[in-house]
This record gives sequence, structure tokens and C-alpha cells, in this order.
Amino acid sequence: MPEVTPEPTAPPAEPEEALTAPLVVEFPFTRSLGPVRGAFLTGLRERTVLGIKATDGRTVVPPTEYDPDTGAELRDLVEVAPTGTVTTWAWNPSPRRGQPLATPFAWVLVRLDGADTALLHALDVSGPDAVRTGMRVRIRWAAERTGAVTDIACFTPDDGPTPEPAEPAAHSGEFDDPVIGITAPARLDYTYAPGRAQSRYLRALGERRTLGERCPSCRKIYVPPRGACPTCGIATAEQAEVGPRGTVTTFCIVNIKARNLDIEVPYVYAHIALDGAGLPLHARIGGIPYDQVRMGLRVEPVWRDGSRYPDHYRPTGEPDADYDSYKELI
Amino acid sequence: MSKEPVAVVGIGQTAHVAARRDVSLAGLVREAARRALDDAALDWRDIDAVVLGKAPDFFEGVMMPELFLADALGAVGKPLLRVHTAGSVGGSTALVAANLVAARVHRAVLTLAFEKQSESNAMWGLSLPIPFQQPLLAGAGGFFAPHVRAYMRRSKAPDTIGSLVAYKDRRNALKNPYAHLHEADLTLEKVQSSPMLWDPIRYSETCPSSDGACAMVLTDRTGAARSPHPPAWLHGGAMRSEPTLFAGKDFVSPRAGRDCAADVYRQAGITDPRREIDAVEMYVPFSWYEPMWLENLGFAAEGEGWKLTESGVTALDGDLPVNPSGGVLSTNPIGASGMLRFAEAALQVRGRAGDHQIDGARRALGHAYGGGAQFFSMWLVGADRPE
Repeated sequence: MPEVTPEPTAPPAEPEEALTAPLVVEFPFTRSLGPVRGAFLTGLRERTVLGIKATDGRTVVPPTEYDPDTGAELRDLVEVAPTGTVTTWAWNPSPRRGQPLATPFAWVLVRLDGADTALLHALDVSGPDAVRTGMRVRIRWAAERTGAVTDIACFTPDDGPTPEPAEPAAHSGEFDDPVIGITAPARLDYTYAPGRAQSRYLRALGERRTLGERCPSCRKIYVPPRGACPTCGIATAEQAEVGPRGTVTTFCIVNIKARNLDIEVPYVYAHIALDGAGLPLHARIGGIPYDQVRMGLRVEPVWRDGSRYPDHYRPTGEPDADYDSYKELI
Repeated sequence: MSKEPVAVVGIGQTAHVAARRDVSLAGLVREAARRALDDAALDWRDIDAVVLGKAPDFFEGVMMPELFLADALGAVGKPLLRVHTAGSVGGSTALVAANLVAARVHRAVLTLAFEKQSESNAMWGLSLPIPFQQPLLAGAGGFFAPHVRAYMRRSKAPDTIGSLVAYKDRRNALKNPYAHLHEADLTLEKVQSSPMLWDPIRYSETCPSSDGACAMVLTDRTGAARSPHPPAWLHGGAMRSEPTLFAGKDFVSPRAGRDCAADVYRQAGITDPRREIDAVEMYVPFSWYEPMWLENLGFAAEGEGWKLTESGVTALDGDLPVNPSGGVLSTNPIGASGMLRFAEAALQVRGRAGDHQIDGARRALGHAYGGGAQFFSMWLVGADRPE
């Protein structure tokens, strides 16, 4: 295939740099396990691998609560062996955070002896040349086990003889101190980009100016701007400064401390229509006792060094705005 | 070709509690689905498709729960769809299922919505710390409370109305064995003296956080004819959306809600909802939303909704009972809350609502909303098959 040489083009106009920042979303979700997966994970803690008999007689490992084909409720647990056969695999040259092994390993599907389905796990071997479909492997148990799939540290190659096929023995699934729930931490790493319109807005805030964008059709000024008018569905390009003063259009008095917020309660959380803006923004009111804040109160921002947003808004001392002047801006 | 009439022939729900640690997510949805099938005297094989809804993924951290739950819902080998419209999702999920029957795509559809709030923290899921943005300064109630104040200003309602709603709904919940909160000792005085969390919203005027699921079986006329119990018939259903924030948005009475209700009444041939509808199950997560929605849904003129609440019209023995089941204020598995409204409306016209049955209910409205008051879904169900 001929190589394609890109057409020479004029260097693009210096784009206004859009902001980006890392965003990590992380939460320790919990999982109630129910009778089947609870028995399975408790079994792993006791170095016992349980499967379940499906409607068609197959042994499913890991066990499922409901039949994969018919959806019937399954409850007949059986015990399978800690040894098995690799049914397929893929080499993982660069393990990532949270994976079973820190060194390169093979992802393997292992059909444990006595099972009819395969379990996904990691195989600890020196390189891809040491893995093959059909190879015999054995569970390496974690030294400390809590009732989690990580109680299987990984699989390792097994030199023992291949056992004769045998029907797995029934198991009650009952153990002392059963595991009924686990914590399943989840983490997502994003690069957050607010876009060009908000980047301009954020830069202006750095100069203590509030910059919105005017819709060319309805003429409303959007703050913060998002580059388009959500009502008219068209791009907004015209920059328009609003404020700095504004009107409290409605509010509530917060009496309970929010997590991660270092604000003494009670405080007032208000909707403020900055002069000229087509919709209100939300901010805290200070410089006035909380029980004297009212709809129509005229306010202005109070900035603190090192903070992107006004710390709060305080009364300007002007007469209150007339209700009709802000009732569409609540 | 006209639409196929849609019948609700099976309804099932779990008991709703703060934490169902005894069941997995799969076990939870299974419980509701099985009860809906039993109510309809049907089995998994009788179902042609499954339509499932839940609130945003961060609420449980299970991405694509529709795939994860396929076996528990008997969906193997069948179409399985997921609907996603924030807090209104239970309602819009039911409507997507209903449309599949009305369009004669499927004859029997299982629809289900759930939430296991105990597995996560909805408040966290709703307020992720977005770079460059100011953190939400007030929590969930702080989002709603300013709108309630705006309603109070606009309607000049006495500030006790919210407590009347909360007391009524919590009393109603005592007649609903599935409800989460059963506060037998609650008095109006206790509601009115409960802590003011986000003034003007008090603690007892806020919804709980629940684990639970709700399921329904929807069928065509043939399915309805085989139903062992009277079906509820769909007379009208609609969804409407609008942006979260825009210039001129009316958070007190969103246009999307008004338009959605008007569409439903038009389909159902209703011209005077206040007189022609016998019971309403509306999505009231904070007590003051009852008078607000009464106006938004056309049961009262603007500024007059609170008068219906104050005069007892919306009580269980009033002539327009609202939330006989106890509503969202008593039970809130978020993703399922909208479907519970739809299902409770259907139970009323089927005469199967148990101790919270409204005698002679022939037509009932189920209502759900979600997001920043940006998604609305409603259905009107009746005891009679529509012509």
C-alpha cells in the first residue's frame, strides 16, 4: 500500500487551550452475596471450591444462583477439585493495578476437575512459552483468606496425574461464620475536560470576573456557559460579563454538616441571579445572620485569595429587589 | 392499525427495607419478578421480553446490570432492554414495556425496576467531585429546599403543609405491608418538631433510603383474558424531558411535567382530572412536592394545590387520595420508586391494593420524575378496557 503523505497545511491558529484535570471516581461498593455466592466465597476461605448442579446436570463453577439456560433457581452445591485443565489463555505482559499478580502472567480459563465450566483466573508462569491449552494447573491459595475470589492467589502448573472423571460430591454449603457480603472497591480514572466555553469562564473567574455567553436567538446569557443554548439548541459565542452584584432568588438554611465541607452550620445556600444573567447560580450567603436572609436580598461576591470561586456573597445594602424582577430566575 | 390495548396482569414487589443483606442483587430482582409472575399465574417461559430499569450506575457500581441479571430474570434467549432516566426510570421502564405490547412487538413483557441503595451511597453517586466546579454546598435536600421555598412564596401556602403530607403518607404506609417505614408512633406534632435539616424541609418530610424491587407483567388482550385476576388497562402513557438548567426553567412547575400530564389525559379522554381520577400515586420525595405536583399535574390551579392537601382531599378517605401506599416518603429504592407508583396505581384499579385500597377506584394515575426535575413519566390506568 502506498504511503500517504499528508498535504502540507498552514499551522492552525493558536487554539485557546482548554483546561483538563484528572478525575478519579472511587468507591468501596458493598455486595450482599446471597446463598450461592456466599457459600462459594466462604468455601474459598476454607480452601474448598464449590460448584452447583445446573438443570441439565452440568456442574457450574463458579456457581450461579440461577440456571444459565433456563433461569431456574439452583441450590445443589457440590465440591470440585483444586486442580484442573486450562481450556484457553491469553498472555498479559504488563499487569495493571489491582490484577492478581504484579509480574507478567497468563489469564487462563481453568476447568477444575469435576466441573463442566471454566473459571477465569491468573496463571503464574515465566512466559507465554510455558502456557498451553490442555496443561494441568493447581490453585495456589492466598496465605490470608477472607472469603473473596482473591483467596485463590493464582494458579500454578501441576505435575500430578490427571484424575479419572468422577461425579463431584454434594456439599451442604454450610460453614461456620459464613461470609454474607464483600466490599468491591471500584475506581475509574478519567481526564476531565470542561471544554472551551467553560475554560474561558474559569479563566475569567481567575480575574474575578463572571463571564457568560449570550444566545444569539433568545438573547439569554448563560452562566456558566456550555457553548450552546439548551433551549434554542444553537452555539453561543458572544461573551458577556454579568454581575458582580446579584439578587437572592430563593434559598435554604442548611442545618446539617455536609461531608467534606468545612462550613459551620447553620448557613444559607442560595440561588443568586447575577445582574444580567439568564439563570441563577448557587452559592453561600455570609455577612448577615442566617435568619435574616430573604428572597430579593441584593448581594455581591466576597473573594478569597487562592480560591477560584467567590467564598460567599454578602449583602450590598441596596434595597431588596422586587419579586417580579426575579421570579423567572429562581 | 390501532394500538393493541395493554393490560397489567401481574404485579410483584419485595418488602422494602434499609438493607436486604440476605439476598444478592439477582436474588432481589428475582423475588419481585417471581411475585409478578405468580400474580399473573404465568411462568418464565410465558414471557417474550424483559425491560429493566434502575437509577444511575454509580448507585451500585454495577455497570450493565441488565446483562448481569439476565439469568435471574429468565431473559436468556429473549430481548432484554435497559431504560435509564434517573429517578423517573421506574415509570419510563414500564412505558417502554407497554409500548412493546401496544405495538404488537411482544405479547407478554416482564418489566422490572430495582435499587439496592445499601450497596452504595446515592448522595455520593449524585455529587462526584468534578474538577474546576464548586462542590454542591448543601446535600440532596439542599437541592430541593430552595424550590420548596419558591413554591411557598408563589402560592402563599402556610408553612405547615409539608408536615401534613408527611404525616398522611407515613400513616398510609402503616396499611402497606411492603412499605419501608412503619412509624406507628408518629404524630403530626412529631413531624412538626423533627429537626429542620434544610429549612424549609424537616427530617420527617424527607424520603428514606431503601433496598427493593418492583415488577409487572404486561400483556395484550389475549393475555388479559387468561389472567386470573382483573387486569389494569393502560388508558394513557407519556414521557417528557427538558434540560436540567436553562433560562426560564420553572423548577416549581416544570413545563415537561405539565405537558406530560396533558398528553396522558388527552390519550385517556380526561378533561377534568380532579373529578375523573380516583387515586394518584405521585413521586413525592420531599413532602412539599405533593402540592407542587397537584398543580403541575392539573389537579389544582396554580397556587391552589396546598388547599387540597390542607382540606384532606388527598387523604386516604378524601375524594382524591394521593399516595395511598405511603409513597416515596415511606419507601424509596430509587430506581424502583417510579415503578412502584405505576404499580400501586394499577393495584388500585384492580382492587388488589389490600388495606390501602380506595373503594371503587376505576381510574388512577401513576407519576414519576427524576434528575434535576428533567424527566417525567406518567401513566393512567383503568379498570375498564379502553375502547
